[in-house]
Amino acid sequence: MSFHLLPLVPLLPLAGFLWLALGAGRLTRRSAARIGVSSVAIAALLVIAIGTRFLVEPPDAGAHVQTLGAWLRVAGFQADFAFRLDPLSLVLSFVVTFVGFWIHLYSAFYMAEDEAIARFFAYMNLFVAAMLILVLADDLLLLYLGWEGVGLCSYLLIGFWYRDPANGYAARKAFVMTRVGDTAFLIGLLLLFSQLGSTRITELMERATAMWASEPTLASVAALLLLAGAVGKSAQLPLQTWLPDAMAGPTPVSALIHAATMVTAGVYLIARTHVLFELAPAVQNLVAVIGALTLLLAGFSAVVQTDIKRILAYSTMSQIGYMFLALGVGAWSAAIFHLFTHAFFKALLFLSAGVVIVALHHEQNIFRMGDLRRRLPAAFWSFLVGAAALAALPLVTAGFYSKDLILWQAYAAENGSLWFWLAGWVGAFVTALYIFRLFFIAFTGEPKTPIRRTPEWTALAPLWALGILSLVAGFVEMPATLGGVTLFRALLEPVLPLPDVHAPLTVEAMFQLLSMAASLAGIALAWLLYRHRPVMAPTSGGITEYWREGWGFDLAYERLVVHPTVCTAHWARHDLFERPYDRLAGLARSLHRGLATTQNGRVRWYAGGIAAGSAVAFALVLLA
Amino acid sequence: MPVIFYVAGLTALFATALVITRANAFHAVLYLILAQLAIAIAFFALGAPFAAALQVVVYAGAIMVLFVFVIMMLNLGQAGVAREHAWLNPRAWGGPTILTTILLVEFLVALNSSAQFDFAKIGVQEVGYSLFGPFLIAVELSSLLLMGGLVAAYHVGRQDRDDEADRR
Amino acid sequence: MIDLDAAMLIGTLLFLLGLTGLLVRRNLVFTLMSVEIMLNAAGFAFVVAGAHWNAVEGQIMYLLLIAVAAVEAAVGLTIVLSLDRRMETIDGDSVNRLQG
Repeated sequence: MSFHLLPLVPLLPLAGFLWLALGAGRLTRRSAARIGVSSVAIAALLVIAIGTRFLVEPPDAGAHVQTLGAWLRVAGFQADFAFRLDPLSLVLSFVVTFVGFWIHLYSAFYMAEDEAIARFFAYMNLFVAAMLILVLADDLLLLYLGWEGVGLCSYLLIGFWYRDPANGYAARKAFVMTRVGDTAFLIGLLLLFSQLGSTRITELMERATAMWASEPTLASVAALLLLAGAVGKSAQLPLQTWLPDAMAGPTPVSALIHAATMVTAGVYLIARTHVLFELAPAVQNLVAVIGALTLLLAGFSAVVQTDIKRILAYSTMSQIGYMFLALGVGAWSAAIFHLFTHAFFKALLFLSAGVVIVALHHEQNIFRMGDLRRRLPAAFWSFLVGAAALAALPLVTAGFYSKDLILWQAYAAENGSLWFWLAGWVGAFVTALYIFRLFFIAFTGEPKTPIRRTPEWTALAPLWALGILSLVAGFVEMPATLGGVTLFRALLEPVLPLPDVHAPLTVEAMFQLLSMAASLAGIALAWLLYRHRPVMAPTSGGITEYWREGWGFDLAYERLVVHPTVCTAHWARHDLFERPYDRLAGLARSLHRGLATTQNGRVRWYAGGIAAGSAVAFALVLLA
Repeated sequence: MPVIFYVAGLTALFATALVITRANAFHAVLYLILAQLAIAIAFFALGAPFAAALQVVVYAGAIMVLFVFVIMMLNLGQAGVAREHAWLNPRAWGGPTILTTILLVEFLVALNSSAQFDFAKIGVQEVGYSLFGPFLIAVELSSLLLMGGLVAAYHVGRQDRDDEADRR
Repeated sequence: MIDLDAAMLIGTLLFLLGLTGLLVRRNLVFTLMSVEIMLNAAGFAFVVAGAHWNAVEGQIMYLLLIAVAAVEAAVGLTIVLSLDRRMETIDGDSVNRLQG
């Protein structure tokens, strides 16, 4: 399997998009689904094959760079369509294509009855193509292309059911908020280019180390701008309000874009440019602070939601906060490890939630579900596995290993501190609490809505695959206290250095026990409040409302940003520069009205017109 | 003889003026027949007996009779007369009169010959020789035209199926 | 001796009277009558000119003109009749659906 087949990986889904977009009117629903799923399937197989070869027989210099051609060539600057295959991009592209394939297969079930299924798969394929370009790019400009592409597809897919204006609003909100981040990213990119003279990521990192090692100001500014971009795309503070509303899109979209892939693009960006962040320790600290605050904020918000998808959205926000926390303390590979396991169990959670939603005829309020063990066993068990992984149920789930690694590094790494660990620890408790609250309320208890549609194999196969991975994917990286498997870390080490950890094993074991305790305590409290004695659970009250509305950020943005902008736009509508154009338009309209009166359909009038015309013609002849 | 021409012409003018101002359609048709007979006399006075005969036989005798038939079929009655009175208010005459006056003035400006002529009779025989000679094509074409008119009138005027009438 | 200008003037006046009638009357039958007047006036002018130049073409033109007038009257009156049948009106101003 040649490494030179690498460009096919993003190009195959792109071809799928083109086929589906151009043939949308003529394709049947089944063929559209087949094209959409198979393009990603072949890409996934390619990634697995190339990856296997990479692991067995790594290329020289640890990375395979392939340039398809020049993109821009201006005044001595050249940017290329350059793809890079190194351990980091391999892991990410595996996640994108593999999880993406299962979600595409699931979409064949979920969207089977929708008329616009060809458009759906076209957008999904375009998204996968853009995400792969983002992940495999060696040039920062190409990465930005993929970055913008995923933003576009996110907008298109959130607002997929465009006939409901609320969906369009949610899509615009997501797009505009991530745009703020994207603009900062672009400014950062241009700053890096203007100061360092290149856009190839490896060159940038080398030159930055050479020039900015002792003078961190420019590095800090650039890192801050890149961080802003990452914050927007990954829905962290302060640009996090779009993610819960983005659940307006179909559930496979939420699974793919807003759980497994797009929102992890920010994490990938920071990991890719980690050299820059290491040169700017203040900004790196900020990354950790943002991560810690977001994971707590989102966790508390998730505890009081009633919509199943909103709970999962806040959960995603919170888990990416963990990844940011890991990045901030220098535990780069731990963040990627959590990204890896999170993709599996979060996609699993969304897909099983989707099965439930479709079965109960698009009911999303968890208080109106119930008793699904007997009625929808596939969804029940897969959601349980996913919930256990999310709550980091000790020892048997993948989530435990990745989250525990982050918590340990948050305390023990050089840039770590007890406060970071404390935030993560409380967050773990709250995570277990909210996810099992969801589980107990929605999946157990009395049935409240009848079942209308049961899942088919296209839905069950992904649930099985992701369920198994949510359990076993963690075994590639186990802490020293439990056996010391470091396969994942070793794979990424050439690209992502390991943090210095100076702490004895006993301390590590103690912290592990504490995190296990947090997870189990959360599950226990959830069982107590929501299964054993439901009357004790708080459902209303000031704090609950405040948390449910996302800690007031939506309201603040509405008042501070949206409202003044809209008012200014209204005021500027008829300002000095509009007037001439308004007058032109008015002139055209009155001319039209005037001329329209000469066409009144009356024979007498037209005869009079002929007479008047002949009078004029005679006059001209006589006077000339 | 020229006097007859001028008198007939004036009669025609007067009758035509009355045609366009009547409220009763039938009266208007009668005045129009009168005008056309006057024009026929004018033709006689000009030495064009064929034209005069045609005027009487075809114009006054056939076309006007057609008008009479149609007006009878329309059965306008007193309501029709009242409606015509309502439509013939002085305000309606303003614009057309101005337009017509302008055209008249232009014509007067265009007239500048002071030719006078005597007439020689151009008889039927001469006209006949011309029609069957150089102007044969014109005769054939006008017969085509009449055929076309016949077909058109039949087609436009037929009542296709009874539900057409029931649809009123 | 007939003054050519005077004869042409008579024809013109007849024509303009017909034109005025066309522009003023709303009743479609009157409209058709006015058209007949105008055609007749044109034929009058032709015959006068033919007499002036002592040419037979004047009367031949007049003959063709009558043919046209007859056809036009027939078709026009048929239209008026079918209009009256379908829409209960012979008001020329109310049949204005082909408007801009």
